[in-house]
Amino acid sequence: MKAGISLRETMKNNLYKYILGIADNSLILGQRIGELCGHGPSLETDIACTNLSLDLFGQVRSYYQYAAKIAGDDRTEDDIAMLRKERDYINVLLVEQPNRDFAYIIGRQFLFDVYHYLFLTELQKSKDLTLSAIATKSLKEVSYHLRFSSDWVKRLGDGTEESHAKMQDAIDGLWTYTDELFHQTDADKQMVSEGIGVDVTKLKDTYYNNVAEVLTEATIQVPELKYFQKGGKQGIHTEHMGYLLAELQYMQRAYPNMEW
Amino acid sequence: MSTKNWPLWEIFVRSKNGLEHRHFGSLHAADAEMALENARDVYTRRNEGVSIWVVESKHITASNPEHNGEMFEPAQDKVYRHPTFYDLPDEIKHM
Repeated sequence: MKAGISLRETMKNNLYKYILGIADNSLILGQRIGELCGHGPSLETDIACTNLSLDLFGQVRSYYQYAAKIAGDDRTEDDIAMLRKERDYINVLLVEQPNRDFAYIIGRQFLFDVYHYLFLTELQKSKDLTLSAIATKSLKEVSYHLRFSSDWVKRLGDGTEESHAKMQDAIDGLWTYTDELFHQTDADKQMVSEGIGVDVTKLKDTYYNNVAEVLTEATIQVPELKYFQKGGKQGIHTEHMGYLLAELQYMQRAYPNMEW
Repeated sequence: MSTKNWPLWEIFVRSKNGLEHRHFGSLHAADAEMALENARDVYTRRNEGVSIWVVESKHITASNPEHNGEMFEPAQDKVYRHPTFYDLPDEIKHM
């Protein structure tokens, strides 16, 4: 009997962790592109990037609400989003990378969107009906994100000499963070075996093929790399993460429970 | 950095099926495809539309406000051009 309960506890904890793993990626990327609000390169791209950010935050709310329900205690979606410590965020390193320039922003978005699209397509088949419903709803938004970022990769890559150099530089710089997208945590593995989670290792080949297709059209060279960065999924982040969280969490830390 | 500005585009949005496209405003874009995407983000993010047309502003020929006198004033005192002088039978509705 005792083993039964602890098994259920493990299952619950893993599902909770699994949901956070998905949502944290979107939260942190949403925060990063949200930083562009009022600072985009043109009014039109400013609004476009803010829209991406709002789409991601909308998705994140559904995930965290569900996670709060799974946790079954008094924590709320806001607590989960705003009040964890850095080590408790399990987003991939890719999404926390700073907004160095517009090519970098687009490159990061593109490298995540290709993954996000494939991931959600598979998550639709999840046995967990809440997750599959969120996936179906989010997929429409993410299809547009992918179209937007792919278009811009091509425009910048196949644009002027300067935009090409910046786009190539961005892809070269960000490439080292792509492999982590396909790493599995223990929670991931259990969720896959339960038919709830997506086996990300199976997305890898399609991911790199789809990325290469756009990069080739954009006249960008596909980097060849042997060593990749990892750690985000274990809560070990790059030096940029603390600054991002400071801004993200400021309001809730300074004025606990504030609403607007 | 290039300081060249993107050309201006006029944006027309159809808000519901069955209604006509209406002029919503203008924005900058490098080409028609980008103009469509920008219009989607700038003008339809609050569910305002089901269809978008974009036309580069330079392709629109506009009447000159200086010629408003000869263009429009002659029509001002010709109320008889409105079909308001007929007695309509009660059976005819929606006129």
